[in-house]
Parts: sequence; C-alpha cells; structure tokens
Amino acid sequence: MRRLLDADDLSRMVRRLAHEVIEGNGGAQDLVLLGVRTRGVPIARRLADAIRTIEGVDVPVGELDVTLYRDDLALRDPMPIGATDVPVDVEGRTVVLVDDVLYTGRTVRAALDATSALGRPARIRLVCLVDRGHRELPVRADHVGKNIPTSTEEMVVVRLSETDGVDEVVVGDAR
Amino acid sequence: MSAPLTDLIAIRDLTRDQVDDLLDTAREMLPIARRERASVPTLRGRIVCNLFLEDSTRTRLSFDLAAKRLSADVVDFTAEGTSVTKGESLLDTAETLMALGVDLIVLRTSSAGAPVQLAREVEVPVLNAGDGWHQHPTQALLDALTIRERCGTVEGARVTIVGDVLHSRVARSEVELLRMLGAHVTLVAPPTLLPPDVGGWGVTVASDIDAVLPDTDVLYVLRVQRERMHRAFFPSTREYASVWGIGADRLRRLPADALLMHPGPVNRGVELTSEAMEDPRSVITEQVTNGIAVRMACLYRLLSATTRAEVAS
Amino acid sequence: MNELLISGGRVLDPASGTDRVADVLVRDGVVAAVGPDVAAASPGADVLDARGCWVTPGLIDLHTHLREPGGEGAEDVATGSAAAAAGGYTAVSPMANTDPVADTAVVIELVLRRGREVGLVDLLPVASITRGLGGVELTPMGELARSDARVDFFSDDGIPLGDSLVMRRALQYATAFDVVVCNHSEDPVLTADAQMNEGAMSSVLGLPGWPREAEEIMLARDLILAHGAGARLHVPHLTTAGGVELVRRAKQAGTRVTAEVTPHHLLLEDVEVAAYDAVMKVNPPLRTAADVAVLRAALIDGTIDAVATDHAPHGREAKRQPWEHAPCGMLGLETAFPIVHTELVRTGRMDALTAVARFTTGPATVRNTRGHGGPIVPGSPANLQVFDPELTWTVDRALLRSRADNTPFHGRTLVGRARHTVLHGRPTLRDGAVVTEVPNV
Repeated sequence: MRRLLDADDLSRMVRRLAHEVIEGNGGAQDLVLLGVRTRGVPIARRLADAIRTIEGVDVPVGELDVTLYRDDLALRDPMPIGATDVPVDVEGRTVVLVDDVLYTGRTVRAALDATSALGRPARIRLVCLVDRGHRELPVRADHVGKNIPTSTEEMVVVRLSETDGVDEVVVGDAR
Repeated sequence: MSAPLTDLIAIRDLTRDQVDDLLDTAREMLPIARRERASVPTLRGRIVCNLFLEDSTRTRLSFDLAAKRLSADVVDFTAEGTSVTKGESLLDTAETLMALGVDLIVLRTSSAGAPVQLAREVEVPVLNAGDGWHQHPTQALLDALTIRERCGTVEGARVTIVGDVLHSRVARSEVELLRMLGAHVTLVAPPTLLPPDVGGWGVTVASDIDAVLPDTDVLYVLRVQRERMHRAFFPSTREYASVWGIGADRLRRLPADALLMHPGPVNRGVELTSEAMEDPRSVITEQVTNGIAVRMACLYRLLSATTRAEVAS
Repeated sequence: MNELLISGGRVLDPASGTDRVADVLVRDGVVAAVGPDVAAASPGADVLDARGCWVTPGLIDLHTHLREPGGEGAEDVATGSAAAAAGGYTAVSPMANTDPVADTAVVIELVLRRGREVGLVDLLPVASITRGLGGVELTPMGELARSDARVDFFSDDGIPLGDSLVMRRALQYATAFDVVVCNHSEDPVLTADAQMNEGAMSSVLGLPGWPREAEEIMLARDLILAHGAGARLHVPHLTTAGGVELVRRAKQAGTRVTAEVTPHHLLLEDVEVAAYDAVMKVNPPLRTAADVAVLRAALIDGTIDAVATDHAPHGREAKRQPWEHAPCGMLGLETAFPIVHTELVRTGRMDALTAVARFTTGPATVRNTRGHGGPIVPGSPANLQVFDPELTWTVDRALLRSRADNTPFHGRTLVGRARHTVLHGRPTLRDGAVVTEVPNV
C-alpha cells in the first residue's frame, strides 16, 4: 500500500474544493450538500465547515444511501441499507453530491436517481475527493480533489478520521 | 453482516442478526412504503411470483405493492378452487414456475409445511406468506417493526396475545419472534384454543384477560373464526365476545400508552368491537403500512442473496 | 433327493429354546438333522455358509400391505415378496385393504395364488372384518374360515371400526370359529384431520394433532368388548405408553389379547416430522421418546407379543405431496429385524433369543402361522433365516426391493442383515441376493 495523501493534503484539498463550490455557485446560497454514504458524508460535513469559515453561512448537509438505486446488486455482497436523511427540501436548490472516490460512475448514477426521488433540484453538482478514472458511464465530476491515475488491478482507499481513525489516501493491489 | 437469506419460511430458521437486519432494512423502506419517496429501481427485471393457493386478498396486495415499490415484475398465480389447492400438483406448479423463469416464489397455502417442501424442490427463494396453522413470518416481522417504531425496542415489552392461538399461524410466528427479541409474552385463550404442551414456548399462559390487561404494553388480538363454535371450541360468539373479546370496557384496564394490535381482518363484535378498533391506542392501520416495508425488506434480502449465489457459480 | 446344508451357524430357536452352534441339514423341504456333525452325513448337499451368522426360524410378519390387487403402482405380490425374502421373512400377512377389498374367498384366493406363483414367501390370509371395509355388514367369517384359504385373521386395517355394536357383534361372531379380530385402535371422531402426534411438536409445526386418547379409548373399548365376548383380539401397532398399560392389565385379567409394535414406533419419535418430509407420515403417528421407551420395555417383557412391520408402500409422487395430503405409511420388511437387532440387541437391552422370538414364536401365538416360526428340529418345515449380525450397512431407498421407496430409514446405518432366507428348503435369499427363479408349482 502506498500512501498518496496525508491529513494535511486532505485538509488543503477540502478548503480548495469549498472555494470551488462557492465560486461555481456564485456564493453559498440555496446550496445543500448530500454526502453519499458512507465516506461521502464526513467529507460533506468538512466541506460545510469550510464554507462556514469562508462565507459565514451554514449550508445544510444530508446523507444519501444509494444501495436501493444500484444496478449491481447481484455483483456485490448484500449490504445493510443505511439511512437517507436530508434535512431540507431539495426542490429548487443546488444539490452538491459528495463522494470519496469517483471510479466507474455507477454510484454517481445511483446517487442521481436517489436525489431525483427526493424532488427536483434546480441543478446537481458533483464533488469527489479522488478521481481514479475507468468510467463505465458518461459521468464527470465538477470539482475533483485529486486525479489519481490507476490500473483496474489497484484499489484506492480513502480513510477518514471520522470513520477510520486516520486521514489518508492509499493505493494498493486489489488482490 | 448477517448470513444471506435463502428462504424465509419460519421465524425459528432466522438468526437474531438476520432479524435485526430485516427490521433495520424495513425501517429504511418505510418512506418508500408510505409513498413519501418514489419507488426504487432495486429489483428491476426480477420476477416475483405470488403463488396463492389460499385466498388472501390483503396479504397478496401487500406483497404485490412491496414488489412493485422495488420495481420487480409481479406475476400472480392464484389457484383458488383448482386442483392445486388440494395440493396434488404443488410441485408440478413449481416446475412450471421455474420454467417460466420466476426469481422468487411467495407462497400462501392452507397446508402447513408446504413452503418447506417447496423450498427443497426449487432453486429460487421461497417466501412463506402463511402456511396453514404453521407460520406467517412477515406478519410477525411487521408487528415487531410496529412495536419498535412506537416503543423504540421490543426488548422487555409485555405482550399479551389473546384469542385462537391453536389455529393461528400468526401466533406461532409472533411468539417465536417476540421471544427472540426479548419480549415477555402472555397467551390468553380458551383452553380449547390453546395448543397442547406449550411449555417450551417460553410464554406465560393465563385465562383471565382482565387480570392481565393492566400489566400489558402491547395487546395483540387474534382473529377468531365464527365456524369454530360449530366444533365445540367455544359455546357461542356471544360468549366468546363477553369472556375473551376486547371492547371499550375492557380497554379501560389497558395502560394509556399501550398498543392495540390485530393482524386483520377483524371479526367485528367477536374478538374486537368496532368501538375498540377506534381506540387511539390502536395501531392496526400502521401495521398494514409497515407490512409493505417489511415485505420489501424480505424481497430485497432474498433476491440479493440468490443473485449472489448465481454470480458465484 | 434335495439336500441343503446350513453350515456352522449359531442356531437361535426360541420354540425349542436352542442357542448353540450347529449345522442344519434340510432334506426335501424339511429339517432332517440339527447338530455338530451332520455335514459328513450329506456330502452331496448344497451348502449355505452360516459361519458367524445366526440361524433362526424364518421371520413372520403379521401386518403387511402388498397392495395387490389395486395398488400395484406402489407394490405387488412379487416386489413385496422379494422385500420379505430380503428381510429374512418366510411368511407375511397381506392386509385386506386392497381394491377390491379382501372380503371374499375369490379375492383372497387370488392373492394367495399370486404368492405361490412368486414363491418367495408364504402368504397368511387376512380378510376384512366388514364388507368393503364399510364398517356395517360383517364379512362371511364362517365361509372364509372353512374355505381353502382357511382365513383365521380379520382386520379392517387402515380404517377403525368405530361402531361399537358392529365391533361387539364381530367379536361375538368370531368366537364360533375361534378366529382373530384385529381393529385399528383409533377413535376417528377424535382424529378428524389429524396429521401427527398431538403434543409439543404438533403445536410448533401447526399440524392438527392425533391425541393419544383416540388410540387408548378405542383400545380400551375393544379390550372390554373382547373380554365380554371371550373373543380373540389382536392389537395392531401399539404406540402409546397408556395403550401398553391397557394391554398389560387386560392380559392380567385373562382377556384373550395379543399385541404388536412396529419397528418405526420402536425407533422414531415425532420430532422426525419437523422437516415435513411426508415419508415420516404414518398412522398411528410417531409418538414421543417416553412412548418409545415404554414400547421397548413392553416388547422385552412380552406384554407386546410381536414386532410387525405395517409395511406400507406408497409411490414417490404420493409422498411428495404437501404433508396434509400425503398418505400414511412406511416400508418395513427389509429393515425390521436389523433395526431391532441394532437398537435393542446390540445395545444389550434385549437378548438375541427374545428378539428372534418376537419375530417368530410371538406371531405364532397370535394366529396360525402354518409351519412358520420354528422349532428348528427334525421333521419341521425348513423355513429359516440366516442372519449376519456383524454386517454393517446403510439403508439406501434406491436399493430396496419394494417398488416404492418410502423408507423412513434412508441413510441410516444398521448392523445386521439377512444373508440367506430358506422357504420350504429352497433358498429365496442367497448371499444377500433374492433368488427369483421359481420352481414350478
């Protein structure tokens, strides 16, 4: 396993992404951050903290579980279904989907469906910490923390202090 | 993660982990079941067969909606009045369903144990929607979900089940599940309608409903068929209603924060009066909604487990 | 002259009280000599090796369903006879619940003739108590008793004779010919819709229970009626501790009663029903561990006279139905004696001679067994079993000789099995293989 990013890298990255989101939206108004479970959730919260520091605005953060919207149920271990908890009506707002790693694009597709099921946002943006390539669907992130070219044999793991006790991004052999 | 579910036939086949997972999953299905959220594409392309060899419009409707909220295709095989109801060709029917390519069979039958036998013969999951007097696991799960949603936990709840336990698949599943989840269960029934040798069930048996009610957190009233009186199980529906039935007078003994439950459909005036059904402690309609969520959870778990096995092979 | 030498076996013959190693020489279908040195006297004899084996009288079954005529899809006289020979039997009693019912000399003669043609086992005739098993009119007992078939045993097996008046008249009438009446002990009103033993298991499984009261009430009624009539009553397939006690007391009171128990009721309990495999469905039902213990003790002390198989073949399709629709009954002929040997003799609960008695002299006290059951002495008909008490085998339903395969013992390992069976001096089972070529009769 190679460590590519450490805690300082991650925190700088989150600050930059927060700036990008604000800039892209022309401010922090009407934003709602939806973290894709599991690790998208703490990243969304960190982004909200960073936006508060920059703009002095509290942006609502929600949690999205996309399990029921996946198209690869058959290929995965049965997963517990987590809570979907969105504190505000998404109708007419700008929803920022937040995920840790962008890979095939299937999770994002499921997240788009899950978001649509909640209502009709004015627009949906996508933020991801790491883009490792190998898309299977025409999906593109609006804001990327870091592009990490990988082979499909490799796996990219984002570890966060909230869920894993440490902030880092590592790359290793999938086998 | 709990062990994958291959069939759902009797509560006693489930581990505690599997039950917790089903209830947790059902909880997340609730907004979809309640139509607060749109249906989900989870089971798109899967075919669920409702094989109902015994008439039960309500249960079939509930399974039908559950499957559809998950975007599964549903085919109905109702065989009321045909030779299948006599059980002669259950396995022939199953072979046909396999050939038609169904992915899961929901079986309702008057033959206790028929789902066990069917599961031995078919490759796809079998979901028991009620077999004779034996089991009705999704009913017990939806009731546990209802108690959990209302009271936070089933653990420690004092549940009184009153009525025809002998002929009740609901009661058998209920007792097994509530005991597993740590509830204290008391059965109140005419001695003729209590199964023999329930010593191993871990329940208390009482005969005076009025004495039990003040110490009851959940009053679960079972359906009593009027025909039973013709076989001398009890003298008359009037006597049943007065000695064992639940009316407004009797409900005054039930604590204010208790729940009143019934699996439906109610024989008004026998086990429950219309007035009692209107009681604010009644959660009977909530049970119906929760039933959809529980059945969604069961379908989801059964179908994700099997497709996984297929992929592995 | 046709000689057969059964060489070097342990002769276990309850009728003569014999338990010693000896050769048995058979000449023209009759035992010619029993002793340590008969081999030298018959150098030309066909030899059956019995070293390490028991030589017993051929076993007798009091309760067999051969299904012919009418139920040949599950069994017929040929397949049932082969199963009997393979199980060490030389005589079986085909029950009357065939289609047509064995209530006339014509039907009974037909079955007996088929038995002689097949030639693997002697058939001891059974007629129904009532015409067509209808429970109303008596079968012509006198005619049948005096017919060529000499019927001495009457049973409506499978259907309880519920009408006390008809049962009383049947018992009274039977005394004129000193024939045996055998009634299925079950009060049918108490067992309406019953599916298994009533008790803790039926409560969990949600199957309507078969209360023990139903068996004991009918048994008590029959014992009282038989006592009053001075008639011979045979109690089939006892299953409850209470029923054993009723039989014990009746015997003490001088009632002319005999009783049988099946191998499955000596071994299996109602917990076997838990998988809803209808192969475990039987009437009367499998009971509890406490009942099994009492039945075993009663078999050992002689309160129960005989082990009878209630061999009841049913086709695979019939048994694959949902439990409540499946027919009752289990195969028994090929596994009966090995089960008693494995469970009671090898465990030291029962001595070998008593075990053999319950399959030979026991049945012979119930009815006329016509030269079967011993003794193994010069001049007796040579109906013999050579049983290998050390052979360990696993029951495989596909390998049983019955046409049906509804054995509840599939996959069970048993110790002991018939090696040779000899019927009137001719091997019907030789080294474990049924001898199907039949001499002209």
